[in-house]
Amino acid sequence: MKISVTVNGKTHESDVEPRTLLVQYVREDLGLTGTNIGCDTSSCGACSLHLDGEAVKSCTVLAVQADGSQVTTIEGLATNGKMHPMQDAFMQNHGLQCGFCTPGMVMAAISLLNENPDPTEDEVRIGLEGNLCRCTGYHNIVQSILACAKGGK
Amino acid sequence: MIPSLFDYKRASSAAEAISLVTEYGEDAKFLAGGHSLLPLMKLRLAAPSVLVDIGRLKDLSYITDAGSYIAIGALTRHMDVETSPIVKQHVPLLACAAGHVGDPQVRHRGTIGGSIAHADSASDLPATTLALGATYVVQGASGTREIAATDFYKGFLESALQPDEMLTEIRVPKMNGAGWSFQKFNRRAQDWAIVGVAAWRGNGGSGVALVNMGSTPVLATDVATALASGASVADAAELAAAQADPQSDLNASAEYRVHLAKVLVRRALEEASK
Repeated sequence: MKISVTVNGKTHESDVEPRTLLVQYVREDLGLTGTNIGCDTSSCGACSLHLDGEAVKSCTVLAVQADGSQVTTIEGLATNGKMHPMQDAFMQNHGLQCGFCTPGMVMAAISLLNENPDPTEDEVRIGLEGNLCRCTGYHNIVQSILACAKGGK
Repeated sequence: MIPSLFDYKRASSAAEAISLVTEYGEDAKFLAGGHSLLPLMKLRLAAPSVLVDIGRLKDLSYITDAGSYIAIGALTRHMDVETSPIVKQHVPLLACAAGHVGDPQVRHRGTIGGSIAHADSASDLPATTLALGATYVVQGASGTREIAATDFYKGFLESALQPDEMLTEIRVPKMNGAGWSFQKFNRRAQDWAIVGVAAWRGNGGSGVALVNMGSTPVLATDVATALASGASVADAAELAAAQADPQSDLNASAEYRVHLAKVLVRRALEEASK
């Protein structure tokens, strides 16, 4: 089926099988491998990206469902070589260890602050319930997000 | 994991969606947010040959005050139910339960109608709407009918929906200030409840329903009857599992679930009675 999806500002016209998952589409068809596949069962959140501005788990969305939509992946956050403030906050606060969950964490975190720009620590922790860090490094991830919120994005 | 092959049809109206599933019969499934169906298809536990995508029927995404009840379009997402001022004001128990479904990413995609039509007893919204005495409006090739939540759940993932029928609206009676509580016991925040309880009490009545305590969501009418005849919360809660038939699984034995149901119903009623 023919679809048209705007990914990181660039519109792609593609012909996909209806069963193609959105994560498979961005990774394999578009080569954007920053979005990771972790559990593949919509539990871990490693595949989180933005669909029309909101974080979703791209292992549980069909590419055909994204037809006509705007998608942002981790690769689309930096502008002119300058990192997104959330990426910067993760770097400054050591918000990553092995890095596997990081793209999903950053995408979920930006979506969280879009909905709640000044969250409490509890609200950040609850807001991250859909993202698992296999290093269990949540403390600095939460600190990164709080720092980003305080920095006014 | 990739689903097995299927044909994809995108409906532009409810009538077209119903006509498509009528044409393809029992091999066709509606696709709303996909957060119940796609995981099953990826595990090949479901393999419909045709998916009829109703996810773009924006006219079925709404929340309106209809006087004695709140009308919610079947394609309203969990996030929209959770954050709706109308739902929070008139059916706060439902807003709370919607906020417990999955995680934010899931709530950005999953819909109230999809969750109810999937009829999973482990999901939060079937039991919650059952406790609240909701009515479901369904549209089929032969017209529209209303099904009381009490008549809807027929078995494991089975509902009173006919293959050519689509759930279009959920009508939830206003709570009129009644006390309420939603209890969800699980290991990780995003998981399904090992046992969950949706309860309200006030205005001379009460309603208690159980999540994941059998093949269907369970309306614990014995508890409500006991409360109505003057039983204490503690005594009524002892009847929590009287009408349930829980299964043992990886997370909990049936006996443990019975224990949890009693404890959680007591906690829920204590909170709802404040």
